[in-house]
Amino acid sequence: MFMNLDAVPWNAAVGGLMIGAAVTLLLLFNGCVAGVSGMVGGLYRVQKGDIGWRVTFILGLILSVVIWRFFFVLPEIVIETNYTMLALAGFLVGYGTRLGSGCTSGHGVCGISRRSPRSIAATIVFMLAGFMTVYLLRHVFTFWLG
Amino acid sequence: MINFMALLSGVVFGLGIILSGMVNPAIVLAFLDITGNWDSSLLWVMGSAVAVGSAFALAIKHKESYLGSSTQIPAVTKIDRRLLLGSLVFGAGWGIAGICPEPAVVLAGTGSIDALVFLTAMLLSMGIYQKLQGSE
Repeated sequence: MFMNLDAVPWNAAVGGLMIGAAVTLLLLFNGCVAGVSGMVGGLYRVQKGDIGWRVTFILGLILSVVIWRFFFVLPEIVIETNYTMLALAGFLVGYGTRLGSGCTSGHGVCGISRRSPRSIAATIVFMLAGFMTVYLLRHVFTFWLG
Repeated sequence: MINFMALLSGVVFGLGIILSGMVNPAIVLAFLDITGNWDSSLLWVMGSAVAVGSAFALAIKHKESYLGSSTQIPAVTKIDRRLLLGSLVFGAGWGIAGICPEPAVVLAGTGSIDALVFLTAMLLSMGIYQKLQGSE
């Protein structure tokens, strides 16, 4: 009946509320689904009047770091992936999100919020693929990681 | 106004990514590492984001947004091979580095060279995708 409140990662839960609010804001006011993959990808087929909001959203993401730093210290960031694997990861993420029309934000947050069967299917698939990849890289082919 | 709301949304989104810890790829990878030292953070982030999103999902019934632009909700409903294959490829890439597009941009904002390497490759493959689409 009672949840162990100490076990809740509050910063994650509150951060999620903010992400949900940001997505809702964009949908209510601009009528757009927030998803960087679609936003950035959309820049490649430029239509007049459709560029500004994409650029300002991305600027907002960068600006958030500046704002955060004004008040707090950035949390610890650990990246152990080498450049080759980072480039491979970026390449797969770019291609995959364009082909599959979305990422964690577009499908995972926006899509599931509106109960889109496509987004639910996509989220299940990319989660499973992520679990599998981490399993293989961390527990099977451990020599791949430098 | 549309640009301002997009900027505001980006800022709130970015602050959420930093606060939630999702800016740190190690935490994302720890979530994906189900047989390792599992970290539930990502589940809480997605859960609460979806909770807020769902509360306002009614809004998409409107054909127009508050600022008058038409609501661009994807009209496709078919679960096809492209969707599944694309999500598979994305998930594999996500599993390699623990980075997805939004946090990548925020990470780049912190001055991370790693994030720039990731983003450059991401933009390149998106460009290639667009080229291949155009030639079809």
